[in-house]
Amino acid sequence: MLFREFLKDNIVFLDGGMGTLLQARGLRPGEHPERWNVSHPDVICDLQRQYYDAGSNVVSANTFGANSLQFSHEELEQVICAAFECVKAARSSSTTPQEKFVALDLGPTGRLLKPLGDLDFEEAVSIFAETVRLGVRYGADLILIETMNDSYETKAALLAAKENSDLPVLVSNAYGADGKLMTGASPAAMVAMLEGMGADAIGTNCSLGPKQLRPVVEELLACASVPVILKPNAGLPQSVDGKTVFDVTVDSFAAEVSDLVHRGVRVIGGCCGTTPEYIRALHDSVKDLPPCPVTSKKQTVISSFTHAVTFGPTPLLIGERINPTGKKRFKQALVEGDMDYILSEGVSQQEQGVHILDVNVGLPEIDEKTLLPETVCQLQAILDLPLQIDTSDPLAMEPALRRYNGKALVNSVSGKQASMEAIFPLVKKYGGVVVALTLDDDGIPADADGRVAIARKILDTAASYGIGPENLLFDPLAMTISADPQSAQVTLEALRRIRVELGCHTSLGVSNISFGLPSREAVNSTFFTMALHNGLSAAIMNPFSQDMRKAYFAYQALAGLDPNCQAYIQAATGFVSAAAAAPAPTATAAAAPEQLSSRLQHAIAKGLADRAGQVTAELLQTMDPLQIVNQEIIPALDVVGMQYERKELYLPQLLMSAEAAKSAFGRIKTHMASTGSSSAGRGPIVLATVHGDIHDIGKNIVKLLLENYGFAVTDLGRDVPPETIVETAIRLQAPLVGLSALMTTTVPAMEETIRQLKQQYPTCRTVVGGAVLTRDYAARIGADHYAKDAMETVRYAETLLGN
Amino acid sequence: MSQVICPAPGELPPLCEREALRYAACRQPDEQTLSLLRDCWQEAEPVLRPQVCWLQLPVTTTEDLCDLGIFQLPSRKLAAHLAGCQQVVLLGATVGVELDRLIARNSRLSPARALLLQAIGTERVEALCDWFCAHYETEHNCSLTARFSPGYGDLPLESQQKIFPVLDCSRKIGLTLNGSLLMSPSKSVTALAGLTDQPPIIKRSKCADCSLITCSFRR
Repeated sequence: MLFREFLKDNIVFLDGGMGTLLQARGLRPGEHPERWNVSHPDVICDLQRQYYDAGSNVVSANTFGANSLQFSHEELEQVICAAFECVKAARSSSTTPQEKFVALDLGPTGRLLKPLGDLDFEEAVSIFAETVRLGVRYGADLILIETMNDSYETKAALLAAKENSDLPVLVSNAYGADGKLMTGASPAAMVAMLEGMGADAIGTNCSLGPKQLRPVVEELLACASVPVILKPNAGLPQSVDGKTVFDVTVDSFAAEVSDLVHRGVRVIGGCCGTTPEYIRALHDSVKDLPPCPVTSKKQTVISSFTHAVTFGPTPLLIGERINPTGKKRFKQALVEGDMDYILSEGVSQQEQGVHILDVNVGLPEIDEKTLLPETVCQLQAILDLPLQIDTSDPLAMEPALRRYNGKALVNSVSGKQASMEAIFPLVKKYGGVVVALTLDDDGIPADADGRVAIARKILDTAASYGIGPENLLFDPLAMTISADPQSAQVTLEALRRIRVELGCHTSLGVSNISFGLPSREAVNSTFFTMALHNGLSAAIMNPFSQDMRKAYFAYQALAGLDPNCQAYIQAATGFVSAAAAAPAPTATAAAAPEQLSSRLQHAIAKGLADRAGQVTAELLQTMDPLQIVNQEIIPALDVVGMQYERKELYLPQLLMSAEAAKSAFGRIKTHMASTGSSSAGRGPIVLATVHGDIHDIGKNIVKLLLENYGFAVTDLGRDVPPETIVETAIRLQAPLVGLSALMTTTVPAMEETIRQLKQQYPTCRTVVGGAVLTRDYAARIGADHYAKDAMETVRYAETLLGN
Repeated sequence: MSQVICPAPGELPPLCEREALRYAACRQPDEQTLSLLRDCWQEAEPVLRPQVCWLQLPVTTTEDLCDLGIFQLPSRKLAAHLAGCQQVVLLGATVGVELDRLIARNSRLSPARALLLQAIGTERVEALCDWFCAHYETEHNCSLTARFSPGYGDLPLESQQKIFPVLDCSRKIGLTLNGSLLMSPSKSVTALAGLTDQPPIIKRSKCADCSLITCSFRR
C-alpha cells in the first residue's frame, strides 16, 4: 500500500527516540549519529527493528542530521545509502504484521537563515534538496521533516521535498513552552503556510512532553485540514547521578498521547527519551481506536512568520501606502534604492493598526523581479504583518512568493485566461490566498450579473488547479461614480452576491469610487461603510485617513462586532487628539523665522526628532531648503559633533541628534521631490558590512551621520560579498567605500574586498572600522583610512570629497 | 547530553542601567538618554527568552592544552585558568532571537534605540550567565571559576565548532553558529567555568584579567 493511501484511513504509528538510545550505546556528545549507519549498522538496524516490532508503521532512516553542511558530498551519499540499508533490513527482519514504511528524516541544518542568521534561503533549499534526492534514490516511502524551530527553514525543507520528489511529506515543528516556534510562529501560522504548500500532515515533536504540548496540538487540530502529528518527548530531561532521565513514564506517556488521539491526532510517535517500550505501550492503548475523520476547515487564512490572519466577520484593513502610484517621494525612494523610506512606510502603517500590508514596487525604470522579493525580505526582517504581494508581472510574483516567510495574499488574478494560467500554478506551489478581480478578456462587466459570472468562472478554473474557494478573495472592482452614477450600486450588488451566493470573501480598493470628485474622503468613507454592510471582508485603504478609520470603527460598533464598543472608544481617542492637534501649526506658523531657526537648532541639539521635523516643515514655507541645511542643520550638527569629540556627550546623545537631523532632512526631501528639484548629495559613498559578518550597528551609525552631512550613501547592508561591493562602487563611480567588520574571522573578507577594489578600481578610497580593527591592523590589510568612530568617518569623507 | 535551564520570571536581577549604558559607550547619561534607555527596556523586556544549556565534563590540563575527554582546546590561558580543576561546566546562553528582530527593526528606524537595545541585550546575557553560575554553585554545592569564552586570550574562536555540537545548542536553545563563527541570536555567550575546591573568593572585576587595557568598555 502506498503511504498516502494508508494515511487516509488509519492512525499512523511513527517510531520513538534514537539519539538518546545511541548515547546509551556509546555515541559521544557531539558525534554525528549518522556515521553509525556505516560504522555500527547492526546497532542502528537492531533499534529500528525493535520499533517495527513495537508496532511502528513508519521508522525513520537515521538521516536527521545528514546534510551537506555536516558531510562532504561523498560521505553524505555513503551515510544516506547505509541509513536506508539499515532501516530496510530492519523492516524485512521484523515479523509483526502491520503496514511498514521507511521515511527519509530531515532535521534542521543547525544554521539560522537570513535575516536573523547568515544562511541564504536558496542555499538552505539546495542543502535539503541534495538530501531529498539521495533519500529518493535509496528508497524512501515518505519524507519526515521534523524538529524545525524556524518557519523559514521549514519552508525551505518542504520546498526542497516538493521540488525533488513526489513522496508524501509530513512536517513537524518543535514548539517552545510559550506555544511558539523559536522564531515566533504560532501553530495556526504554520498550518496556513504548510497546508498552502501541500504538506500531507502537520504537527509537533520534541522540546516538551505530551502534557505541555497539548495547547499546541489543540490549536493544530482546530486549524488543520490535514492529519495532525504528535511526537513528544518523554517529558523533560533531568540529570540523576550524572545520567539523563526523562520524567514521563511509559504508562502516562501512552495515556496522555492516546487522550489526544481521541481529540483527533492521527499520526503519533515519540521523540527524545522515548524507547520501543513507549511505542509499544502507545500502540497497545490506541490500536483499537477508530481514527477521527480529518475535516476541511474551509478557512480563508494568510500568515506572516509569527501569526495567522483569518478572514471572517471582522473586516480587515490592508494598508495601501507601499505603492509608488501618484507618490513622487515614494518613486524617488524606489529609484534611489532608499529602502529605509519604504520600510518606514510599512512601520507607520502598522502603527496605525492595519492587519495586512500591500507591497507594490512597480515602476517602469525598476527591475521588479529583483526589487519585489528584496522588499518583501526587508519588510519581513523588521515587521511581522502578513503581506499582500502586488504586481502585474508573474516573473516578479514568483520570486517574491518563493521568498515570502508565510502564506501571502497574492494581488492579483483576473478572469483573463492568461492571468489564471500564470498565477494559479504559483498559488498552488507556494500557497496563498489570491485576490481575484471580476474582469476578463472582454473587460469589466457593467452589471453585477456579469461580475458574478466571472467570479464563477474563476472559481471553476481555480478548482481545476486544486485551489479551493477559501483561497480566493474576490474584488468586484470599485469604479468612480463621477463617470457612472450607478457604478457604486453595481459593485455593492456584486459584492453581496459573491459573499452570499458563492460564500466567498471579498476585498475592494475603496478609494477608486471617488476619482474625479472633490472632498474624496467623504465619498470614500461612506462607500466603505456601505460596502462593509454588504459583506466586505477586507479593504485596501489609506490607514492615515481619519474618515476611513472613523467609518471602520463606527461600523464595527454598530454591527455588533465590537463588544462594549471597546475598539471604537480606544480609536476615538485618536480622533480627538488629531482634531486638537490640528490648530497647533497655525499658531506656530506666526512665529518669526529667526525664532523658528533657533528652535530647529535646539531640537537637533536636544535630539527631538518630531519637533525637528515639524519646525522644518514650517521653515520650508518661508526658507530655501538648501539654506535650511547649510545655515541650520549643519551648524547644529557640528556643535553636537564637536561636543562628542570632546567627550562632552556620548554616543546615544550624538545619535539622537542625528535622528532629529534626519527627520528634518526627511521633510526637506519630501518638499524637494514635490517641487521636482534635485537633492543629489556629495559622493556617492558605498557602505557595507563585509561578507560573513552580520553585525551592522556601527555601519548604520556611520550611514546616518554621513547622510546628515549631506553625503549620498548607498548602503549595501550586511554580509556583502566583495564582488557586489566592487561592482557597485564601479557602477556608481563612488570615490569612497566604507567597510565594517566586527570579528577577527571576518577581517579577511574585508582585506579581500580592499584587494579587489584596488585591483579593479584603483582610484577608489577605502575607510574601515569595527571592534577588532586598529590603525595598524587597518594599514596592514591595505585600507586607506581607519576611522575609530562615525564622526571620524565624516571628517575623512569631508577632507576627501570637500566641504 | 546537555541540559536546559531557564530562569523563572523575576529570577534575573533587574536591568543594571549603568552597565547597559557602559555597553552603549555612555558614561554620563543625561535625562533624555536615561529615559530613552528605559523606554527601550520596556520594549525589550517582554521579548527576551533567556535560556541556558550546559554540560559538565571532566577536564585535565597541561601547560598549553585543556583536555575535556571528548575534545581538546589548545590554549595556554585557558589551561592556566582551569589549572587544578577536575571538572568543567560548558555552557551556552542566549536571550533569544526576538531581541535581534527588535534591534534590526530599530536600526532601520532609530539607530539610537538600536544602540541601547543591543546594549540591553549584552547586559542581559551577562546577567543570565551570572545567574546561571550562581544557581549552579548552589545546586551542585560547588564553586566555579570565572567564565572563559572562545575568543578570550589565545583560545581560538574556532573552538566554537567543537563546543556547539557537544552542547547541541541549536536544538536545545535555538543558538546557532554562523559560517564566520558568529552566533545567532547575537546576544549569546558560550563559556567554560571550572569547578574548583578553592573557597569562594570575592569575584574580581570581569575586566581584571583582560590584557586589552585600552578597551573603551573597560570597567
